[in-house]
Amino acid sequence: MIGIVDYGMGNLFSVSKALERLGVPYIISDNKEQLAHAEGLILPGVGAFRDAMKLLNETGLSSFIVDQAQKGKPVLGICLGMQLLFEESEENGLHTGLGLLKGRAVHFDGVDKSGTSYKVPHMGWNRLVFHHESPLTAGLEEEHVYFVHSYYVTGETKESLIASADYFGEVPAVVGKDNVFGMQFHPEKSGDLGMGLLGNYTRYVKNMEVLK
Amino acid sequence: MLTKRIIPCLDVKEGRVVKGIQFLELRDAGDPVELARAYDEQGADELVFLDISASHEGRETMVDVVQDVASELAIPFTVGGGIKTIEDMKRLLRAGADKVSLNTSALLDPHLIKAGADYFGSQCIVVAIDAKWDETIGTWRVYTHGGRNPLDKEAVAWAKEAVDLGAGEILLTSMDSDGEKHGFNVDLTKAVSEAVTVPVIASGGAGCSEDFTEIFTEGKADAALAASIFHYEETSIAEVKAHLKEEGVNVR
Repeated sequence: MIGIVDYGMGNLFSVSKALERLGVPYIISDNKEQLAHAEGLILPGVGAFRDAMKLLNETGLSSFIVDQAQKGKPVLGICLGMQLLFEESEENGLHTGLGLLKGRAVHFDGVDKSGTSYKVPHMGWNRLVFHHESPLTAGLEEEHVYFVHSYYVTGETKESLIASADYFGEVPAVVGKDNVFGMQFHPEKSGDLGMGLLGNYTRYVKNMEVLK
Repeated sequence: MLTKRIIPCLDVKEGRVVKGIQFLELRDAGDPVELARAYDEQGADELVFLDISASHEGRETMVDVVQDVASELAIPFTVGGGIKTIEDMKRLLRAGADKVSLNTSALLDPHLIKAGADYFGSQCIVVAIDAKWDETIGTWRVYTHGGRNPLDKEAVAWAKEAVDLGAGEILLTSMDSDGEKHGFNVDLTKAVSEAVTVPVIASGGAGCSEDFTEIFTEGKADAALAASIFHYEETSIAEVKAHLKEEGVNVR
């Protein structure tokens, strides 16, 4: 069973329906005891980093998620949920994240190296480039996925970069270290590849459970 | 590289898609989910649902439509029409819409854009602009209420203001081009796209595949929206995309 962390921000409905289409049982909850029973967590998120961290801290969910991740429970952050896994973000001033992954979220410059301006948010379908093998990308081919974001992660470790997209520079798209994963795009809105990636995460969760 | 988006627009009234959809293979051309699926399979990059219900009940039904589409399809979509409050936005976004589109309500109360962007993030807030060339002022004028009422507002300036308030995308309809099928309005789209920092969806005037190439290359559009040419199968999304690829435009 997957536990979708409900802290008041995020497109929970679409994520939960995607799991239903995959035939994966889930709960949506803000209750730590309930979420502790889940074999893997999904941390969704739409909105601002500061507001999200504030809610996670107020509810004690931030320390719960960190604790669960450190105990080896699989965690997948989606969109803002992925950025929350990192050390900090520059959105609305510098704010501390969950710190499960090394790196920080910064705003797209909006101006390329030659001084030409480009559009922010990075919105639409962009192609993934796979960097190294991961249970998340196993058996899948590089295709387009749907992005909507104005901040992107930088300073991540090379080993944690599973896939990226090119938007006036390398944009980390799938990240992961041990049992902690993130997707900058919306897998639940990204057609077959998105569903494939989400399916791989749920299979990973299942396999981890069997190994226990 | 980010691809250019092709977006079919569906008018929904009291929960049913209206305005001549002529897909022969559909069992029920009025079913929003069935149409959304058909467009998804053809390669649509996103969908826009415009709620043209006149009644309160009709608007309530739209929330069900949004839930049904989000339940069955992995495709991003925007809902517009009659959204007046944060509460309206909340209902639609919670039901699985990715973005909401504001038009008249944002013009009557521009602060609604900021309130929405602060609450949900700019990426959820699309501002739709209906614009028409006005010889007397030598530029494009903004209209409200589905193009019925002219405002003392200039389209490029309004687009910039909307973005400053927090709009994450502009859906720009040329009233001069709409329904004519002689191509999108390149001048208007280019003027707005170069004036704002967010993506611009061009709308109004699509008649053939070449029109899409033109609006992406010369018009600097980030996405292009069309209704009737897709609904009446005058061309298909696949055909448009094949043409764009040939012309070197990056599409999915």
